[in-house]
Amino acid sequence: MSMTMTQEIIAEHCGGGEVKAGEIVLADVDVILANDITAPVSIRELERHGINKVHDADKIALVMDHFVPCKDIKAAQQCLEVRRFAREHKIKNFFDAGDMGIEHALLPEKGIVGSGDLVVGADSHTCTYGAMGAFSTGMGSTDIAFAMATGKTWLKVPSAIRFVLKNKPAEWIGGKDIILYIIGKIGVDGAGYKSMEFCGDGVSHLSMDDRFTIANMAIEAGAKNGIFETDEKTAEYESGIRARTVERKIGAGALYEAEYEIDLSALRTVVSKPHSPENVCFTDELDETAVDQVVIGSCTNGRLSDLEIAAKVFEGRRVHENCRAIIIPATQKIYLDALKSGAIETFINAGCVVSTPTCGPCLGGHMGILAKGERAVSTTNRNFVGRMGHPESEVYLAGPAVAAASAIEGKIVPPEKVMGGYEK
Amino acid sequence: MKVKGKVIKYGGDVNTDVIIPARYLNTADEKELALHCMEDLDRDFQKKLRGGDIIAAGKNFGCGSSREHAPIAIKASGVACVIAVDFARIFYRNAINIGLPILECPKAANECDEGDEIEIDFESGAIHNVTKGKLYKSMPFPGFIRDIVKKGGLMKIAKEFDGGAGK
Repeated sequence: MSMTMTQEIIAEHCGGGEVKAGEIVLADVDVILANDITAPVSIRELERHGINKVHDADKIALVMDHFVPCKDIKAAQQCLEVRRFAREHKIKNFFDAGDMGIEHALLPEKGIVGSGDLVVGADSHTCTYGAMGAFSTGMGSTDIAFAMATGKTWLKVPSAIRFVLKNKPAEWIGGKDIILYIIGKIGVDGAGYKSMEFCGDGVSHLSMDDRFTIANMAIEAGAKNGIFETDEKTAEYESGIRARTVERKIGAGALYEAEYEIDLSALRTVVSKPHSPENVCFTDELDETAVDQVVIGSCTNGRLSDLEIAAKVFEGRRVHENCRAIIIPATQKIYLDALKSGAIETFINAGCVVSTPTCGPCLGGHMGILAKGERAVSTTNRNFVGRMGHPESEVYLAGPAVAAASAIEGKIVPPEKVMGGYEK
Repeated sequence: MKVKGKVIKYGGDVNTDVIIPARYLNTADEKELALHCMEDLDRDFQKKLRGGDIIAAGKNFGCGSSREHAPIAIKASGVACVIAVDFARIFYRNAINIGLPILECPKAANECDEGDEIEIDFESGAIHNVTKGKLYKSMPFPGFIRDIVKKGGLMKIAKEFDGGAGK
């Protein structure tokens, strides 16, 4: 068989057999996702076409996370529309303020998505679930309305690029450094319309949280999806929340358009400078770049291990007097776990803001908007013009270790500068 | 169908955050979205609109978020067509699904200038830069996508499913 991991999953969802890159297929969908911004558009599409029944309510997940708790009247109206739809169609996987979390952290945590699944979502970061060996991809609201109505989606079978990750990364190197480094190398359209498939001995050194961060940002290289081979860490993550882990490894004959080998042991921490995720440099190449705000959270880096890395840096230290730091646990469970581990106490003692789960500032929604001329270091996924506020503000993307260290120093620094071991 | 309009020109990697900033996504009202279209990229976009305009852009147009509000805002601004070197994949699907005409044609996109008059024949895929006196042929859509366009959108196909979805 010459199929990639992605192609195998697509083939399993359209009657078995073999699929080929470039072919257009109609595939069965396991989970269909939309949020408080994108679901209203899907709901209106269904209504406009007189479709008043969904194919399978149990396959739909609706997560109120972007502007929730509602930031203004219009946002509240949109949530109300989705809430009514969820009740009317008896959608059990409807997550409102109180039990919601950021969708791409929440659905894996609840076992709603997992290995072997085919998932479509009206959010570009739906590609996150590839960390568990799923095929998942973002689409628009009309595509999602189609999937809600029919249980199916049309796909152009993607070709793929293979990323062989080798060796063990150094202490402060996380998933964010790896994926930003890759995007810096291949560019924001470097994997356009393709799958990014991750394998190699280096994967075994990456936590599931690191893998979620990497798969999450596949879209930032233009990819249709990112996907990891499954291993014992996948099985451990899924135990108790999924019936079984669908094992997935790259087959011997699988065909790839290109292959990159990344030596994880040689990486240093990186940041993406404004205004593109591909604008990557090593953190220690920056000189005296002052920071007004730090955000640690989002579907990219708001998981427990991200918060624990940040807490390790903040422990016994204070946020710089010229800087603000905002910490957003991605789900209620992560929030509770971080309370128990003491991370939240560390943040508050260090002078950080701690917020209920929300996408909030990542997309300039609420909970930390930037003024004209302000600069942020953020563990989120995009640093486009105006992404977190004023069109003349700036966002530097980084992992939690760099973000926390930068909050303490009031300028962008590698974590070693705060924690020791810094040499330049 | 033929359209004729003047070019509004942009570079590569135009992302959906500048096409419609997320701070306006608390509504899905197309007229309201149109008022803020391109706001963070081009403050003068609204002034440039004459009706039936053609946006010409570089590679990877519409990259970033999956927000369907982006093609909706462009369409509701009265733009007749977007010609680009190529499109980011989610934007491509969204534009087809909501009926915003888009064409891939690197030469036509690269060689035109702001204000050029362009005539497009959607039947043949021909792009005529009237100002420069140049003729181009755009990439044809795959058959399945032509079918979606011909039927009037993806949701029309949904209704044909298994004797009619959602009844």
